[in-house]
Amino acid sequence: MARAAVQRRLTWRLGRVTRRIDETARAKSLVLNVPDWPGHRAGQHVDVRLTAPDGYQAERSYSIASAPEDGDQVALTVERIEDGEVSPYLDDELAEGDQLELRGPIGGYFVWSTDMGGPLLLVAGGSGICPLMAMLRHRAARQSHVPTRLLYSSRSLDDVIYRKELDSLAGRADGLEVFHTLTRSQPAGWSGYSRRIDRDMLAEVAFAPAQDPLCMVCGPTPLVEAVATTLVELGHAPERVKTERFGPTGG
Amino acid sequence: MTFISRAFRGRPRDQGQAGRLPPGQYLVRDFPVLSAGPTPRTPLIDWTFSITGEVDKLKNWTWDEFRKLPTQTITRDIHCVTKWSKQDTVWEGVSVDTLLEGVDTSAEYVMAFSDGGYTTNLPLEDVTGGKAWVAFNFDGAPLEAEHGGPARLLVPHLYFWKSAKWVRGLQLMAKDEPGFWETYGYHMYGDPWREQRYSGD
Repeated sequence: MARAAVQRRLTWRLGRVTRRIDETARAKSLVLNVPDWPGHRAGQHVDVRLTAPDGYQAERSYSIASAPEDGDQVALTVERIEDGEVSPYLDDELAEGDQLELRGPIGGYFVWSTDMGGPLLLVAGGSGICPLMAMLRHRAARQSHVPTRLLYSSRSLDDVIYRKELDSLAGRADGLEVFHTLTRSQPAGWSGYSRRIDRDMLAEVAFAPAQDPLCMVCGPTPLVEAVATTLVELGHAPERVKTERFGPTGG
Repeated sequence: MTFISRAFRGRPRDQGQAGRLPPGQYLVRDFPVLSAGPTPRTPLIDWTFSITGEVDKLKNWTWDEFRKLPTQTITRDIHCVTKWSKQDTVWEGVSVDTLLEGVDTSAEYVMAFSDGGYTTNLPLEDVTGGKAWVAFNFDGAPLEAEHGGPARLLVPHLYFWKSAKWVRGLQLMAKDEPGFWETYGYHMYGDPWREQRYSGD
């Protein structure tokens, strides 16, 4: 286990919203300019803190969706949780020009950079795509040709976050392949998968265990549990399967 | 010079609960799962629990031996560094005091170690004196694997990453050393009431 601790104090910083992007009906991206951002690795997250006039504070964690190569521009993609306290504020209230308090980057295990090589298998469910998107953007920014496959489960085509950008990344013919599965509804003529990720799907999409791929899995707990367990059953070494889980935890 | 988030009000505050919720935490009713890799599933026949490191003699229990030790029922609030807290969780487990009975040591720290390679460090005085357990039941039923079963450490007064899932033993240490998340910048101690989430907090 790595012992190269980076012990640096994480101070709260103020970022300013420079752009808001409607990714889907429920997910928005906030692009923040964060002066003196110390830099991050693809897969890391930030803590966001909201403060009410009476001093009450609410904190949540969000994965960074932008590439480390973007400098002081840090993008978060926030999926709205209907009865949530923080996500509706970020998605509906926070406007371009507003400031947002955050600190990070946090976490150093669920990360990938081009120097870690591949092959790389990415498996996402819903907004679990966010930290994996940072990896794909980093990979593209570095013009890496590391063999990479993304298997992305969404409810419907309209729920696919970053759809156009994923199409465009896959079109670069640089060793990235993107596979979608739509679990609830599919458009006419849909040629992708149409069911929850299962053993057969993983056996088809994943690199062979003999190639020793690094597997990064992010999404809701049931998906992550099922995918990680199945990858191990298929013969992947547990230490090559890294997970990050998003739960419906009132965010 | 506190920053106020424009137009943020937050949820209505329940003053009755306020004293039970550490800063920056919010209440959940479900039981979220967080872990860094696949859930290990060690058959009980292969499971052991060990006391190792700076001790006069090593101790070791099989599952059957461990389950014959006296148990306690523990009701506590738990606090995860990812901001959720869950109140009045009910556990059954063996007190770490029971496991360390008769052990002669000059160690001041322990490293809890788990299936899957997870580790976390704690001061010895934070796992003794009725403050920590090795828990095998949650809510009256065997602890599910995804929540750390067959047994996890339970140290409810610290952030919950210190309550190592799938725990297999305690290594007693003279000096403090970072465990898994501590190596990645999480706090060496992790007191939720002082909001010690990350190194330097």
